[in-house]
Amino acid sequence: MNIIVCIKQVPDTTEVRINPETNTLVREGVKSIINPFDMYAIEEAIRIKEKLGGKTTVITMGPPQAEAALREAFAMGIDEGILISDRAFAGSDTWATSYTLVGAIKKIGEFDLILCGKQAADGDTAQVGPGISAHLDIPQVTYVKKIEEIKDGLARVERMTEEGFEIIETPLPALFTVVKEINEPRLPSLKGMMRAKQAKIALWTQKELNLDAQKIGLCGSPTQVVKIFTPPPKKGGKIITGETQEVVSELFDLLKSEVN
Amino acid sequence: MDYLLTDGQKMIQELSRKIAQEKVAPVAAKYDITEEFPWDVLKVIADSDLFAIFVPVEYGGIGGGVLDLCIATEELSRACGGIAVCYAASALGTFPIILFGNEEQKKKYLPDLASGKKIAAFGLTEPEAGSDASAIKTTARKEGDHYVLNGTKHFITNGAEAQIYTIVAMTDKTKGARGASAFIVEKGTKGFTFGKKEEKLGIRASITSELVFTDCKIPKENLLSKEGMGFIITMKTFDMSRPGVAAQALGIAQGALDHTVKYAKERHQFGKAISSFQGIQWMLADMATEVEAARSLVYSVARMVDSGKTGVSKESAMAKLFASDVAMKVTTDAVQIFGGYGYMKDYPVEKFMRDAKITQIYEGTNQIQRNIIALQLIKEMAK
Repeated sequence: MNIIVCIKQVPDTTEVRINPETNTLVREGVKSIINPFDMYAIEEAIRIKEKLGGKTTVITMGPPQAEAALREAFAMGIDEGILISDRAFAGSDTWATSYTLVGAIKKIGEFDLILCGKQAADGDTAQVGPGISAHLDIPQVTYVKKIEEIKDGLARVERMTEEGFEIIETPLPALFTVVKEINEPRLPSLKGMMRAKQAKIALWTQKELNLDAQKIGLCGSPTQVVKIFTPPPKKGGKIITGETQEVVSELFDLLKSEVN
Repeated sequence: MDYLLTDGQKMIQELSRKIAQEKVAPVAAKYDITEEFPWDVLKVIADSDLFAIFVPVEYGGIGGGVLDLCIATEELSRACGGIAVCYAASALGTFPIILFGNEEQKKKYLPDLASGKKIAAFGLTEPEAGSDASAIKTTARKEGDHYVLNGTKHFITNGAEAQIYTIVAMTDKTKGARGASAFIVEKGTKGFTFGKKEEKLGIRASITSELVFTDCKIPKENLLSKEGMGFIITMKTFDMSRPGVAAQALGIAQGALDHTVKYAKERHQFGKAISSFQGIQWMLADMATEVEAARSLVYSVARMVDSGKTGVSKESAMAKLFASDVAMKVTTDAVQIFGGYGYMKDYPVEKFMRDAKITQIYEGTNQIQRNIIALQLIKEMAK
C-alpha cells in the first residue's frame, strides 16, 4: 500500500486571540501546527502501513516554514515528506490548491490511497480533498470514521453522516477524508524526532511540477473574496401559544408583516 | 533560566512535557485514588522511546546520560510524581545491568527494557535493612550451576509489575558488606513470589511490594559482575540514580508552583486577586527561587556524572537532599496559598505535597545523604 497524506499547516487555533478593537485574529506569536484533522489522516496512514506494509508519503503546500509540519509527521513515523512551495502558488484558493497538489501526486506516481483531514481548521472549506479526487478522477469518500477492510484492490469504509453512518465499498486508488472518530493520533517518539531532524525533505517548486501557469496561484483561483464578516448571531425563534384558530391567525399576521 | 541544553535534550524535554500534559496530568488524580498500576500511560511513555533514553545505543537505546533521564523524569513528575517514579524506578533497576552486566546479560535484557516492553525494579531494602543496607538477610547460596535465593525484600518500587529485578543478596555472610552480590531475577522464576502490596501516603500510582524468595533457583549466569560486588554495584547505581530522584522532587516542586501561580491570579479576596498581595508575592518568589536553585544543582550534578567523573557520591547526595527538601517546602507553601481549597482533594496541590514527602525518604533518607556529604567533606580535609 502506497499512501499519500495531504496536510496543511495552520495557526494553533487554541492559542489564537481576537483583537477586541478590530475583531480580527491576532496572528503574531501564534505557533503553527499540523491541521488537527490531518493528524488523524497521518495516524491512519501509519496504521495501515503497519498492518499491510508499503510506504507513506506526506505532502503539503505552503510557505517554507511548512517544512516543520512535515518533520512533525516524520517524527510520528511517516516515511517521506514533500514540501510544495513557490511564490507562484501564493494566493491559491481550494481549486488551485487541489490542482497543484494533484500535480505533485502525479509526479510521485504510483499510489493506492490518498488521505486528507475532513477540513482545515483555518479555512473550514472541506473542499481540497474532494477537489483532488475530482482532478485525479478517482473515487472519494468523505468523513470516513473507520476503514473496515482493505483487500484485493477494494476498501470498505464507514462514512459518517448526520444521522449515523454509511458503509461504502470502493475500488482503489481512492481518496478518503477522515474525521476525528477514526483514531487517536500517537505522540511522536524520540527516535522519530531524531530521524525527523535529519530527514531530507524534498522541495518541489513550479519548476519541478511545471503546471499550467493559468491554473495556479492567485490567477488560477476562481474564488473571489468579496467581503469577510462575522455572521450575525441567529435570533431565537418565537413560540405562539393559544387556541388553534388564534395561533394560526397570529402566525399569518406575523408572516405578512415579515414579508412587508 | 537557560541551561544550554543540547538539541537532543530539548527534544526530550519537549516530548516528555507533551506526554505529561496530554497523557499524565488528565489521569493523575484517578490513579492517586485507585492505586492501580498505570500501564496505559507507561505504554505511551514506552512508545515515545523515553525508556530508551538511558540505555546505550548498541542495545536499542538512545544512549543518553543522567541529565537526559533527569529532564524526562522532571517533566513527568510535574504532572504526577507517582507515574514518574514507575518510569524512574525502571531506570534504577536497569542501571546495574548497564554498569556491571556482561555482554550476554546486556544483550539479553537491555533491548526489551529500552523499548519499554519490560520494566525493571531494584531490590535492596528489607524489613530490617533500610538505612543500614549492610544488614540485609536475603541469601544466595551457590549450588552447582545455580544460586538459590532465600529471603524477603520490601518497599520495592515496581515490585510485582516489573519483569526484570536486580536483587542484592548475601553470598557470604561472614564477610559483611563485602559478602553481598547482585543478581538479575526474572518475574516468573519458580520460588519468586510477591507479598504485601503497600498502601501509601503519596506516589500512589506507583506500586510498592514485597518480594519473597523461597528456594528460588536462578542460573549462575545471572550474577552481576563478581561475588562480593553487591554493595559496590549498589553505590555506583545510586550515584547514577540519585540525581533522578532529585529530578523527581524538582518536577513535583515545579508542578506545584505552576498550579499555585495560576491559582493566585484567579483567586480573589478583598476584591483583588491574591497574587496582588505582597505576602503571597514573596512566597511565590521564594518558591520559584528555590525551585530554580534546585534545578541548577540537579542539572550540574547530572552533567558531572555524565562527564564520567568518578567520586560523585557527595554531589549526587547534595542534589537529592536539596531538591527533595525544596519539594517538601514548596508543596507545603503551595497548599498554604491555596488555603482551605488546597487541603481538599478537588484541587491538585495536596497530592503534590503527599508525593513530595517520599523524595526525602527513599533512595537514602536525607539524613543518610547528609552522612555521605559530611563523610566526604571530612575525608577531603584529611587529604
